[in-house]
Amino acid sequence: MKIHEYQAKELFRAWNIPVPDGVRADTPEQAEKAARDIGRPVVVKAQIHAGGRGKGGGIKLAPTPEDARKHAQNIIGMNLVTHQTGPEGRTVKTVLVEEALDIAHEFYAGMAVDRKNACVSAIVSTEGGVEIEAVAEKTPELIHTLRIDPSAGMQPYMARSLAFRLGMEKKMVSACTGLIMNLYRLFRETDASLAEINPLAVTKDGRFLAADAKINFDDNAVPRHKQIAGLRDLSEEEPAEIEAAAQHLSYVKLDGTVGCMVNGAGLAMATMDIIKLHGGMPANFLDVGGGASPERVEHAFRILMSDANVKAVLINIFGGIVRCDRVANGVVSAAKKLNINVPIVVRLAGTNSELAGRILEDSGLTFQVASNLREAADMAVAAVRSVK
Amino acid sequence: MSILLDESTKVMVQGITGSEGTFHSMQMIEYGTRVVCGVTPGKGGSMCNGVPVFNTAEQARKECEPDATVIFVPPMYAADSIMEAADAGIGLIVCITEGIPTLDVIEAFTFVQRKGCRLIGPNCPGIISPGKAKIGIMPGFIHKKGRIGVLSRSGTLTYEAVAQLTSVGLGQSTCIGLGGDMVIGTRFVDGLKLFKDDPETEAVVLIGEIGGTDEEDVVSYLETGFNKPLVAFVAGRTAPKGKRMGHAGAIIAGGKGAAGDKIAALKQSAVRVVDSPAMIGQEMKKLVDQA
Repeated sequence: MKIHEYQAKELFRAWNIPVPDGVRADTPEQAEKAARDIGRPVVVKAQIHAGGRGKGGGIKLAPTPEDARKHAQNIIGMNLVTHQTGPEGRTVKTVLVEEALDIAHEFYAGMAVDRKNACVSAIVSTEGGVEIEAVAEKTPELIHTLRIDPSAGMQPYMARSLAFRLGMEKKMVSACTGLIMNLYRLFRETDASLAEINPLAVTKDGRFLAADAKINFDDNAVPRHKQIAGLRDLSEEEPAEIEAAAQHLSYVKLDGTVGCMVNGAGLAMATMDIIKLHGGMPANFLDVGGGASPERVEHAFRILMSDANVKAVLINIFGGIVRCDRVANGVVSAAKKLNINVPIVVRLAGTNSELAGRILEDSGLTFQVASNLREAADMAVAAVRSVK
Repeated sequence: MSILLDESTKVMVQGITGSEGTFHSMQMIEYGTRVVCGVTPGKGGSMCNGVPVFNTAEQARKECEPDATVIFVPPMYAADSIMEAADAGIGLIVCITEGIPTLDVIEAFTFVQRKGCRLIGPNCPGIISPGKAKIGIMPGFIHKKGRIGVLSRSGTLTYEAVAQLTSVGLGQSTCIGLGGDMVIGTRFVDGLKLFKDDPETEAVVLIGEIGGTDEEDVVSYLETGFNKPLVAFVAGRTAPKGKRMGHAGAIIAGGKGAAGDKIAALKQSAVRVVDSPAMIGQEMKKLVDQA
């Protein structure tokens, strides 16, 4: 789960990580007032769940409150396109009005789940202000990673070691150590999956603070953090994906023409892959999960068909505990109820698959029944071509 | 002697009195697994599916001495069950549960390692040695006893691969569902180490997917010497970056974990990579016939 920069900075404040003076603004008037309250030159920063905002024109320096109002006027409501938003961009609804910093140096500090080593790792670098992946490619020796032992947690000596490796001035080491400790505490206590300060700025007058803030949370843990769950911004998510999650379905919209309904994430990805291999384009990823009850199948169909690009549907179910005849009945009733008017290719394997095939054939609707995965992919691709 | 699990392995079921636990432990018993007891706090002293239920893993261990346990406990409590099993000294811990918070899994797995136990999963279908026993939720009937090992990060895609192998006459020695989470207790390399010295396994199928670097780690491991044929399929060539594809661990993040990278790495090694998920069985048949 992602949150906005202004929300991440609020969390940083709560965990004693220094951030610039800043106020969220939803209108140009609020932006002007915020700048006036801050009483110094500010930056007006678009708030979206993606990076690259500066290059996209979403971050503007405002020397006066009037400038702040003007920039906010332009930025709020703009469709901001960055290299992370995709070509369609995001509509900006909120800005963060923040004191402008006179930065002497930009560092990087982050915490992330290290899946290979099954721990949390702290990552710091002297090369802040650019994407850390780029630093990892060009100058990996400038990145220092510390695996944090899960039993011991982050001890001060570990944070201190990172601060010294950054070549901090002696008087900054203590502040840096404290910041890293607090970042780790925040990470653990909120069940984050990623927490990044990029840049971690040292200003010309010796202040040390998080000029930017990014925190992603572990979706599996959000249910036990009501405060974090409340930070979710549904307008940053795909409506069909929100609907699917509410129905306990896993759905990711793509831009092809073959809608897919599959049980199991790996099989669902493999189904998308084989469609492409056979000359088609998958419209989505959809895992109906174990169960595949008639209600589930109906919800899945609704979500699939909400995508206007879908010209044919491929249903691929491997029934182990799940009985294929139950799924077939669910498919038939959903197709009838929703009046599906695109070709439907069905491949049901496993428990009672033959009975399922007969149910589909006797339904009075035209399903194309495939006996194996390759045949299913061929039929689906041919069905799309026939519709054109 | 199959790796990890055979007909003599005594199995405990944590969460046995829940609906999943009750249903699947009965399926396991019907398959031939030696289920000896269950654990549900508060239900100690009762019976379920013909086996005694205990309040704690420690009591179950004392009375019934299980070698392995399977966990059917909801996500916010499952890590606790893993640690309880490890503390009771149960050598093989299979966690089916999906949705456990990652930091909990990290904590539990660290503890399991300290106790010298083995964790399979979480978020996995389990482990099966066809014809002998199964620990988990996989459908027994699609499997056939044979000599192909299977290591898979998936659930139903594993069944697809197994069904293909069975249909070309290649039975399976042991199939391990490694799990779809970011942090899992047993990875491809761990499974390969077990299969390397298993006289009942002559070849191995690897089913990978986007996310992490476990498939790339296979390539490094093979350089130390592994002389059984390997076929791999990696799911998610068509997956977009940055999106979680169902499994918590199936995400291309920070420039790492794309299917294309894994496939390119595997193709540099002795692993035979199939581009189509429909060709897993056929490709293995070809390899085995050649050998």
